[in-house]
Amino acid sequence: MFAVIQFPGSNDDRDMVHAMKTVLSADARLVWHGDSELPSDCRGVLVPGGFSYGDYLRCGAMARFSPVMADVKRFAENGGPVLGTCNGFQVLCESGLLPGALRRNRDLHFICETASLLVESTGSVFASELSPGQVLRIPIKHGEGCYFAHADDLAALEANGQIVLRYCGPDGEVSEATNPNGSLGNIAGITNRAGNVFGLMPHPEHAVEPAFGGTDGARLLRALIQAGEGA
Amino acid sequence: MSEAVSLPGDPKVDEQLAREHDLTDEEWQNILEILGRTPTYPELGIFSVMWAEHCSYKSSKKHLKTLPTSAEHVLQGPGENAGAVAIGDGLAAIFKVESHNHPSFIEPVQGAATGVGGILRDIFTMGARPVASLDSIRFGPLEDPKHRHLLRGVVEGVGGYGNSVGVATVGGETQFHPCYAGNILVNAFNLGIVEADNIFLGTATGVGNPVIYAGSKTGRDGIHGASLLASAEFGDEADQMRPTVQVGDPFTENCLIEACLELMSTDHVVGIQDMGAAGLTCSAFEMASRAGTGIVMELDQVPQRAADMTPYEMLLSESQERMLMVARKGREAQVCEIFQRWGLDAMVVGRVTDDGRMKINWHGDTVVDIPVDPVSAAAPELDRPTQEPAALRERQKLDTSALPPEEDPEGALLALLDSPNLCSKAWVARQYDQLVQGNTLIGPGGDAALVRVKRDDGTPTRKALAISADCNPRWCWLDPFAGTQAAVAESARNVACTGARPLALTNCLNFGNPEKPEIMWEFAEAVRGLGEAAEALGTPVISGNVSLYNETKGSAIYPTPTIVMVGLLEDHTRHAVSQFREAGRVIVLLGETREELGGSEWLLFRTGREAGLPPRVDLDHERRLQGLLREGVAAGEIETAHDISDGGFAVALSECTFSSDGPGIGARVELRNGIRPDALLFGESTGRVIVATDSPDALLERAHAAGVPAARIGETGGDRVSITPTGGEAWVDIPVQELHAAWAAGLPRRLEAV
Repeated sequence: MFAVIQFPGSNDDRDMVHAMKTVLSADARLVWHGDSELPSDCRGVLVPGGFSYGDYLRCGAMARFSPVMADVKRFAENGGPVLGTCNGFQVLCESGLLPGALRRNRDLHFICETASLLVESTGSVFASELSPGQVLRIPIKHGEGCYFAHADDLAALEANGQIVLRYCGPDGEVSEATNPNGSLGNIAGITNRAGNVFGLMPHPEHAVEPAFGGTDGARLLRALIQAGEGA
Repeated sequence: MSEAVSLPGDPKVDEQLAREHDLTDEEWQNILEILGRTPTYPELGIFSVMWAEHCSYKSSKKHLKTLPTSAEHVLQGPGENAGAVAIGDGLAAIFKVESHNHPSFIEPVQGAATGVGGILRDIFTMGARPVASLDSIRFGPLEDPKHRHLLRGVVEGVGGYGNSVGVATVGGETQFHPCYAGNILVNAFNLGIVEADNIFLGTATGVGNPVIYAGSKTGRDGIHGASLLASAEFGDEADQMRPTVQVGDPFTENCLIEACLELMSTDHVVGIQDMGAAGLTCSAFEMASRAGTGIVMELDQVPQRAADMTPYEMLLSESQERMLMVARKGREAQVCEIFQRWGLDAMVVGRVTDDGRMKINWHGDTVVDIPVDPVSAAAPELDRPTQEPAALRERQKLDTSALPPEEDPEGALLALLDSPNLCSKAWVARQYDQLVQGNTLIGPGGDAALVRVKRDDGTPTRKALAISADCNPRWCWLDPFAGTQAAVAESARNVACTGARPLALTNCLNFGNPEKPEIMWEFAEAVRGLGEAAEALGTPVISGNVSLYNETKGSAIYPTPTIVMVGLLEDHTRHAVSQFREAGRVIVLLGETREELGGSEWLLFRTGREAGLPPRVDLDHERRLQGLLREGVAAGEIETAHDISDGGFAVALSECTFSSDGPGIGARVELRNGIRPDALLFGESTGRVIVATDSPDALLERAHAAGVPAARIGETGGDRVSITPTGGEAWVDIPVQELHAAWAAGLPRRLEAV
């Protein structure tokens, strides 16, 4: 099964189950943040978007202390695939599973729009349906999606091919003008060094049906399913 | 005779204190009669909030009674937390719109946020999962820095709360007019979906059943929000009213939604009610009144946020995110367990009685003992005098023959597209989560929002609901009867443009001070127009809200009856959008253009005048037109349908060429010259829709059979918008890019330039 972690303030948790289960026919279920362990047959973990604990402090700063997160960490360290979207990305950064942090958007406003994303690194299990240079269209909706990392971390991300997605224009151009939130290097999604933990601000679960935002998001979720089922 | 004791420290209750609570001398005499004694201080507080305009509807009740509220598909009309309509497959849609005008003017972020929170609670209180929000917001001119600040704050508040609770904001309206300089309007709408046999009502039934309080603790915020803030005009002291505004906590609301929905999937509760205006007092009275029962409450058991609160403060607090419910006897532990799992307080605070009295105890003393019915059901009903405004006839005068013809149609079109009321509102909508819950087929910017229906277990259906919020306040000011009819007709037409059938409507009636006969006349006329139009279109009024006293230092807002129409589309895989989707489609104009320039945007732009009679509304034509749209979309003949409204034909055609990302597919049309060209281009005759079709013959045949005027006027394609009179020189021939740039920049340039 695939575990969709449910924090009290999660919002896209049911949407993730809808995408994984109803649309992509995977066995996905909600797992309560207060549980001390992931289900024993867990093949992959999804940390969905929302405002885990209201996020009045710092996004994801409380969620990392949720009982289930210790087991998610163990699962990731054993090589299990973990995908965090939006608030889930923030939680993975706060938990130390991914480097860097997400800050208030450059213009301080919440942004909801469809983003163009340039595929860069395709070395991880999450990129099995992607090719370098491809442009994906997936919605973003966040107030704190401005990716930041220290120079050393950033250099390591670049050097190790951990940057999967960058914000770009319709034709793939990456520039300040195509950067919606001020992220360093237009970074929209990164993996850990081992390539089994993937965090991104865009919402793949909101791009799995043609009439509801297109189907580019399904490429990422199917890759996770394959990785989990192949493990 | 009832008994209740005053506590040490309570002020002396007399006629003078009653007046300070905004009670009239007559109301004071009524209180003495009902109780047979002088009220205690908390009792006086209760009467003052329950009988305030905001809770009692005393000025409006007489008129609201005339509205059509029932139909076969209406499951719940006005009187409950929200209305409900059946949408088939055993499902129901629950919806309502409500104002949070006064608080948003005082403190825009929290005022707007708590407006959203309040309307959400009205929906999930009935057992429905909230799925779609709209906001209808109106401000003074953007040249005024205060109103730029208010717009930013309100949008931040609506977004901050809605985004955080996980309910998509899928549409709404944003308008600007000097009449809102002293009173902005913030009307929040929400719609939820519920299994029709699982609708919960706010009733306190079952003698002996426990009364349970759940959610946030009670604090000192919002005391007298409903009575003082919402039920009086603003004067110079507006800023000092900030403490009457509540503060919202969307995280708690999110947990409260999940906990309540979980609870309502069990059979532990018999009645549930949110604590909105007038807080604990109003909710307890309403629940007992609906059931014909009484309640005894141990007020000291209510969870408290602040130390040393008095019963008076506890009863009148409008702290947010609180619910009151009546559970089955013996289920107390199960109910509290659910709330505790979501990290929320839940306490048994009383029980249902059979004596029809509200008895409230405080550490062993009875401080309130009032018969329920005389306070809630028998609240005052006024028959306020009405009088047509002296200036009305004057403002309705417009001699169009004296108007110079438009010399520069292209310049006028670009200026209109850039104007604050017609330009793109993407700056607003971009700050809202439009997608969460994954059902948004058409989001902000469409004629109507279109939202797929899912069952609560997540199973998607083929059904979708179309929702549109509309009002043209200028028309309502020129003629409140016709203007309100036009608002109902437009909202229904917008819904029909997606292919949906309008089912029912909710409304928020925003007006000035009802104690002035001219305002009361506007109100009465608007309600009359609302009733007639709702009747004619078969869309009953199932819920609503009245906001009066939108007046500052004697200056009232224009009458603004916001109408929100909800319609049902049986198969969402066939729906129309408001943009052109393909080149080479035939453009058909449905409806008739008359020489109507009264109250138009063009008239205001060219002459600075708001004058004349608003365009005529033909409700029979509307019904036929809307039926045609529905059939045409279902038959696959209509892929684009866009209502012609503010700014007229030229503006509407331009909007069809704007895609969600930028300039889209252009259009070339030819109009038959019969009336003055500026009326053809910019007149706002109602009942007209621009349609694009790949089967024009079938559609024209269908229109003919339906008795709807229809004309083939051109084709989609290219990257320009060109409008030419038959056999003449082009009136308009502009690149879509240029039109789009003007339209897209309208709001950002006004907000960011300074």
